[in-house]
Amino acid sequence: MANGAVAIEEKNFYQQSTNKYSGILSWLLTTDHKRIGLMYLYTISFFFIVGVIIGILMRLELIAPGKTIMDAQTYNTLFTLHGVIMIFLFIVPGLPAIFGNFFLPIQIGARDVAFPRLNLLSYYVYVAGAILVFISLFLPGGPIDTGWTFYIPYSVRSSTNVSMAIFAAFVLGFSSILTGINFVTTVHRLRAPGMTFFKMPLFVWATYATAWIQIIATPVIGITILLVIIERAFGVGIFDPALGGDPILYQHLFWIYSHPAVYIMILPAMGVVSEIIPTFARRTIFGYKAIAMSSLAIAFVGYLVWAHHMFTSGMSDTARWIFSLLTFIVALPSGVKVFNWVATMYKGSIDPQTPFLWVMSFIVLFSIGGLTGLVLGSLATDVHLHDTYFVVAHFHYVMFGGTGTIFFAALHYWFPKMFGRMYFKKPANIAVLLFFIGFNMLYFTKFIMGYMGMPRRYYDYLPQFATLQEISTVGSWILALAIFIMLGNLIYSLRKGPKAGPNPWGGVTLEWHIPSPPPMENFKEIPTVTHEPYDFSQLKEMKNES
Amino acid sequence: MNHNSVAGNENNHTAAHVHRDDVGAKLGMWLFLFTEVLLFGGMFLAYAVYRYQYPDQFRIAAMELNTGIGTLNTVILLTSSLTVALSIAAIQKKNKFLSILMLSLTVVFALMFMVNKYFEWMAKIDHGIFPGSEELLGRPNGQILFFGLYYVMTGLHGLHVFIGVIVLLFMLYFLIKNDITPDNYTKLENAGLYWHLVDLIWIFLFPLFYLIQ
Repeated sequence: MANGAVAIEEKNFYQQSTNKYSGILSWLLTTDHKRIGLMYLYTISFFFIVGVIIGILMRLELIAPGKTIMDAQTYNTLFTLHGVIMIFLFIVPGLPAIFGNFFLPIQIGARDVAFPRLNLLSYYVYVAGAILVFISLFLPGGPIDTGWTFYIPYSVRSSTNVSMAIFAAFVLGFSSILTGINFVTTVHRLRAPGMTFFKMPLFVWATYATAWIQIIATPVIGITILLVIIERAFGVGIFDPALGGDPILYQHLFWIYSHPAVYIMILPAMGVVSEIIPTFARRTIFGYKAIAMSSLAIAFVGYLVWAHHMFTSGMSDTARWIFSLLTFIVALPSGVKVFNWVATMYKGSIDPQTPFLWVMSFIVLFSIGGLTGLVLGSLATDVHLHDTYFVVAHFHYVMFGGTGTIFFAALHYWFPKMFGRMYFKKPANIAVLLFFIGFNMLYFTKFIMGYMGMPRRYYDYLPQFATLQEISTVGSWILALAIFIMLGNLIYSLRKGPKAGPNPWGGVTLEWHIPSPPPMENFKEIPTVTHEPYDFSQLKEMKNES
Repeated sequence: MNHNSVAGNENNHTAAHVHRDDVGAKLGMWLFLFTEVLLFGGMFLAYAVYRYQYPDQFRIAAMELNTGIGTLNTVILLTSSLTVALSIAAIQKKNKFLSILMLSLTVVFALMFMVNKYFEWMAKIDHGIFPGSEELLGRPNGQILFFGLYYVMTGLHGLHVFIGVIVLLFMLYFLIKNDITPDNYTKLENAGLYWHLVDLIWIFLFPLFYLIQ
């Protein structure tokens, strides 16, 4: 695939700066997509840990009925912050900003993204948004307590710092748009010779589809949020029912972004899965075109299902069954992907390394999340389960069990390439197992509680939920332990891990053709692509290259 | 075709960080403009919903707007779109002076637009018509919404005009400094595209607020 010879003595991107500075400024002012990807990695991981800690505090509060460690207002602000941090600061930018930045240009044989300086700008816009969230915690009025959906009319009436917090979300949206524009342009303009659209790795396809959703969906949340701020500042009346406005309109505008945003979160993860499974099964992916096209199909159909969040908020019956039907249709391309992944493993020679184990855990958790999505997509069952713990369990299975586990899988899959070192396998595998156990204890109990009628976002609960709440809280500790072991192992390996070669897993996409860590401009000579992306017959040639 | 151009582009340059891709730059700009259209799209949607809900009150409220000033501003903005296009054409034809002149004229038109807008808003505010005012709150809901949308939509459009002026001034600076040259004018073209969008959005705002009565 790559005919540029691997030169071992070449300086890697840690040693060579893209600008005239050295030291910290060579990172803060860099335009190198790999360095920017790593800066995102550190920043986003930090916010992930903050979100996890908030989650654990909430679980601790709920271990027994009544007040345990905090009062009700604190609980309200904590679940709002948990949502805002996890959604806007971790899971939406997570995979595209870190791994998309780092690997999308390499996988299509480019030296950088199309707009390197814009790339740096979008990192700083992200940081600015994060700082605004932070500031909003300490201004008079107190942290926002509306829930991450900012539903009107409460978000207009609340005396907390709603405006500042949602302006932060607006700024973060800007960063998301800039990243999306950068990726679409990069894919269209900078593919290496021979890299046709249908020779692109599936992670590139998924990131490309995601970038389109980022471009098309994010401006709508931008204007919606802006209107809420204007509403709070001037009392314009656009959403305020007291002045003739329509709160349901707010919900439509909110979900027409926030539902496609769910696919911003999950599509890149699906792309990573499509990279990892062929590599560890040593087999070409089953149904390459079907997987590529299903990414686009999800991006498209995902646009038409937003109102399934609003089945109980007062729409016409016709609207409700149409949106219910469309919701079922979006399950088809997701199903296509899952079946293709499983079919790829059939008769493969599977090498169950840590990234592969994370993917296995993903397939189980994501399938549970997806199937319960159908329960919620059905009108009759949704009316029963709406705004209960069942919904909380469902979206944690999809978001955390889906994108979250794949975030870890990607970290373990690309760790040797990004840092040039291996991690220790035993603790890494133990972390996967603990994660799986803790995760199911934490969230599966919520399906049961939701079915029994426990509403979401409540500070207190009836005694019959006590046992399940306890199991759930204990699960959160096991989950936290798993994350601690995983991160500890990775951080320790940054310095002490054994050196990794250019291709520790036997992968064949372009990033495995270059040294680990990659040299500053990725390729000495832009490669000419001749093979299909998952053609493992080239492994022998690759051995001769190095 | 795409491939040849990519390959050709890569062969000419050794480093991605100094590379120049005019087609890519314009593609990026179009994608950004797309997001701007969607941003305003949300407000047009809100307008459509409430116009449908309160057709009579929207009609009554619209009669209070000054169609004369609106028309004048439309003419000004359309002309400014012409001058920015002429500025691009001039630099393509290697006439730097004319390009600078036309771009400066565009800025002047933009400022005229904002001055008109200022007087128009001030007149309304003097009559006590602004969000949250006693005068407005005393009126029926449809009129509150009409004027609310009027201020928000023309206000956000005005903000875009303001940003446009800053962008155009930067372009003027680049032109004078010879950063924009007859063979490298994509920056100016992109600024022009942005300015056309500002004009285009006004073309929709004008009839919705001033003409439908």
